[in-house]
Amino acid sequence: MMAIVDYGAGNIASVERALRACGAECRVTSLPDEVRGAAKIVLPGVGNFAATQELARSGLRQTILERVAVGVPFLGICVGMQWMLEGSHEAPGVAGAGWLAGHCERFPHNAKCPHVGWNQLAKVRESRLLAGVEDNAFVYFTHSYFVAAGAGDVARTDYSVVLSSAVERENIFGVQFHPEKSGDVGLKILRNFLAI
Amino acid sequence: MLTKRIIACLDVDGERTVKGVQFADLRHAGDPAELALRHAASGADEIVLLDISATHEQRATLLHTVRRTACELFIPFCVGGGIRTLEDAARVMDAGADKVSINSAAVSHPELIGQIAARFGSQAVVVAIDARRTADNVTGCSGEVMLRGGRQSTGLDVLAWAQKAAQLGAGEILLTCMSQDGTRAGFDCAVTALVARAVPIPVIASGGAGSPQHFVDVFQHGHADAALAASIFHFGEHAIASVKQTLATAGIPVRWPC
Repeated sequence: MMAIVDYGAGNIASVERALRACGAECRVTSLPDEVRGAAKIVLPGVGNFAATQELARSGLRQTILERVAVGVPFLGICVGMQWMLEGSHEAPGVAGAGWLAGHCERFPHNAKCPHVGWNQLAKVRESRLLAGVEDNAFVYFTHSYFVAAGAGDVARTDYSVVLSSAVERENIFGVQFHPEKSGDVGLKILRNFLAI
Repeated sequence: MLTKRIIACLDVDGERTVKGVQFADLRHAGDPAELALRHAASGADEIVLLDISATHEQRATLLHTVRRTACELFIPFCVGGGIRTLEDAARVMDAGADKVSINSAAVSHPELIGQIAARFGSQAVVVAIDARRTADNVTGCSGEVMLRGGRQSTGLDVLAWAQKAAQLGAGEILLTCMSQDGTRAGFDCAVTALVARAVPIPVIASGGAGSPQHFVDVFQHGHADAALAASIFHFGEHAIASVKQTLATAGIPVRWPC
């Protein structure tokens, strides 16, 4: 069973629908005990980074940190990926997981913000998450804050800055785009996560 | 590179997709769920479902239509029409929309923009503006915000309203130029450019698409971030593929192959 963590941030039904379409057995849950028992953890999220403070309040943060530390595969989507950092300038003082160094930044003023639409994945290295996905494949983004390019990147994307669009390190995975809204390419990426 | 989006719009009355020429004279064009999937498979970057129902019964049916459409649709899906409150927006989001488009309710209650943004994020709020061009002079053009399918004036300046909507938390502007809507004579590039160059958020151009070249024009001269059309896609004329090929040939980045 895969847990899709519900912390009250936006609409996560589309993540559930896409994972089920890929054949996943999954459950949307806000209960730490259910997350503790899950074989894989997906942290979706749209909207504001501040919403992730609910993870700390509810005990979900601690559970996720413990389970990921013992090797449970984790996939963060959009704000879920941003949460893998130490924090975000969108919500100063709200702590992320701290698995990746740094804080999310807002796009510079010369770019329309949010970054909305289909943009390309420039693959940085081979990865399990993007196996079989072509270099420069199109995926759907919608976000105002970004993760700067870094050592864990498996794909980067150009939008006035070079941002990290997919990260992978051992059992932690993150995507800034929305695989559940990225057509066949997105479903392929979700199936790759299911196969890990 | 971020691509220009081609958005297929379904005007839905209860369970049926219809399309009007200047909002009247509607023709039947099939089941919305089926059409949405067909458009997605043929290269649409996004689907907008616009509720044009007149009655409460039809509106209740619409939620069922949204649910059915969202079920197998794995590209962005926006629903608009008749959304007047945060609760209306939440019902549509719960039924499977990724974004809601709000129009007249945003004009009468601008705080609704921020309310929906606070609950679902700015990326979920599209402010739809129906514009009528009011003046052309050497410094450019201007437009007025219209309501009720163009039947009601507001006195609001299009540019001022678009900027205010962005400040209040809108994630995108859907700008329909009334004089062009349904005419297939081309988008109103002047009004589109006026708004698209001034607001810090993406602008979707709408109204007037009739040929692939019209899309080239609205991206090159209208500075739109996305363009929306309905009838020219439904009836199989100018399939989305041919629009995208024309755009690519003109050097405009598009998602292709899909």
